[in-house]
Amino acid sequence: MNVAPVNTVAPTEMRSPTAQMSIRNVAKVFPGKKDLFSKVTGKARRDFVAIQDINLEIEPNTFVSIIGPSGCGKSTLLNMIAGLSPISSGEILLNGAPITGPGADRGMVFQNYALMPWMTVEENLRFAVKTVDPKSSQKKRDRIIKEHIQLVGLTGAERKHPHELSGGMRQRVGIARALAINPQILLMDEPFGALDALTRGFLQEEVERIWEQQRKTVIMITHSIEEALLLSDRIVMMTRGPAARIDEILEVPFPRPRDRETIQQHPAYHALKAEMESHLFRETRAVEAARAGG
Amino acid sequence: MAASHSTPGMVQIEQSEPLWQNENVRAFALFMLTLGLFLLFWEVGAKSGWFTPGVPTASETIREFWWWVTNPFYRNGPNDLGIGWNLLVSLRRVAIGYTLASVVAVPLGILIGISPVAFKAFNPFVQLLKPVSPLAWLPLGLYILRDSEQTGIFIIFISSIWPTLINTTFGVANVNQDYLDVSKTLGASRLRTIVKVIIPAALPNIVSGLRISMGIAWLVIVAAEMLLGTGLGYFIWNEWNNLSIPNILVAIFIIGLVGLLLDSLFAALEKLVAFGRNS
Repeated sequence: MNVAPVNTVAPTEMRSPTAQMSIRNVAKVFPGKKDLFSKVTGKARRDFVAIQDINLEIEPNTFVSIIGPSGCGKSTLLNMIAGLSPISSGEILLNGAPITGPGADRGMVFQNYALMPWMTVEENLRFAVKTVDPKSSQKKRDRIIKEHIQLVGLTGAERKHPHELSGGMRQRVGIARALAINPQILLMDEPFGALDALTRGFLQEEVERIWEQQRKTVIMITHSIEEALLLSDRIVMMTRGPAARIDEILEVPFPRPRDRETIQQHPAYHALKAEMESHLFRETRAVEAARAGG
Repeated sequence: MAASHSTPGMVQIEQSEPLWQNENVRAFALFMLTLGLFLLFWEVGAKSGWFTPGVPTASETIREFWWWVTNPFYRNGPNDLGIGWNLLVSLRRVAIGYTLASVVAVPLGILIGISPVAFKAFNPFVQLLKPVSPLAWLPLGLYILRDSEQTGIFIIFISSIWPTLINTTFGVANVNQDYLDVSKTLGASRLRTIVKVIIPAALPNIVSGLRISMGIAWLVIVAAEMLLGTGLGYFIWNEWNNLSIPNILVAIFIIGLVGLLLDSLFAALEKLVAFGRNS
């Protein structure tokens, strides 16, 4: 691998013995086309290094947000954790075992909900539960499904199909489906990105409420500073791509349970927010400048 | 502020509009007017000899039509059958040939769709055979099968297989990546993914392929029957030999009507499997 480090001052965290997930020196390279045929036809492309030198230790029961300018490879990183995209170099460990592919120990919430349109709310959950644990009894499955529909506040909509639901309700189904398989880690890829502002705010508070009940480890990709501050214990800020890396990790000290009003009273709130704003603004400006120049 | 004001404009919209402003009523009126003018033109034209000599009048044709639909099932020898019998013969041939074609095309399409190698390997055959006119197969069918009934079914089979095959392949090959990712993250087996995700996701495409195939089967059967004997196609050919133009017009109308019914059946089925997706 010709992964030339552009910047070696990336914060390499101390390896933690208690970490649930360890991301070590991970890089993602999208291979170019360098064969003779591509050269002759003028379609040759160089390798593209999306992210590199990613080191991150995640303790159990923490809510981690990853924030960064568009196109910095946040989703690529999450897809590698989910096992949907192969890791180019480095390794990702879950409870000490390296991730080699997708698995039900990680539940995924998709930006576009990714519900099966031909299945009802209940059937969407049943498909997940039955796929993950085909040997469990019907009774146990029914109970799990009922509990999770209740957890996200969708009781009464069990027999509806996704096209009959609003965007906010669809994403509740997405969250219920991801939790119903009882994963060790919940992965969320801009879960509220496709929602309008009011629904988004409401669903963020719902996620905070649900998180308080289960305290599962969560890794969430987001664009929103307020969202990250409301929900996270730690916020990972990434630099712009290509060869994006972790710029800084912020600890969020607000006591839980949280809500939008009380965290704004906290003395650290505005300093954290200003820090994130200046980071995102700087990176985004650099992206725009590179685009204009290129 | 503004919300406290009552909005009289809103109330007026809810009042029922006059009947002649309803879109459906107006469309129906235009339809009836066009039909009336057409029949009038036909009746007057035929009576005053504006067309080729021997063209029947509208009223004569409608009388014939009424006679045929009120006496659908009679039998006076093989060349004088009620139109109901001929319709059933045609429908039976279509049903057998079309069912066989679907039974082959849907599983084969799924198989080709899930494997990029199979897709590239089979695509040339499909693309070569698809544009061949169904009637080009007729002599071959007659030579190989030596039976007009089986040849008719063979023609339906060979011409209605392609749209279903192509649409099924397309649908299966283009399943939304999100659904496949969900299946992958849950650790679903390949078989479970195909049965529970890929096939239901491709179902709208499969059904629209079946709909196009049915349309083609119904187009082809009439042409094929002209050369075979019995069936609606043969009925038209026979009436041409009798130079009975009203009966030909009656048959054309009935063929159109049955085709319309079959198509609406599949349109309803398409709606049933769409679940809010538009295709």
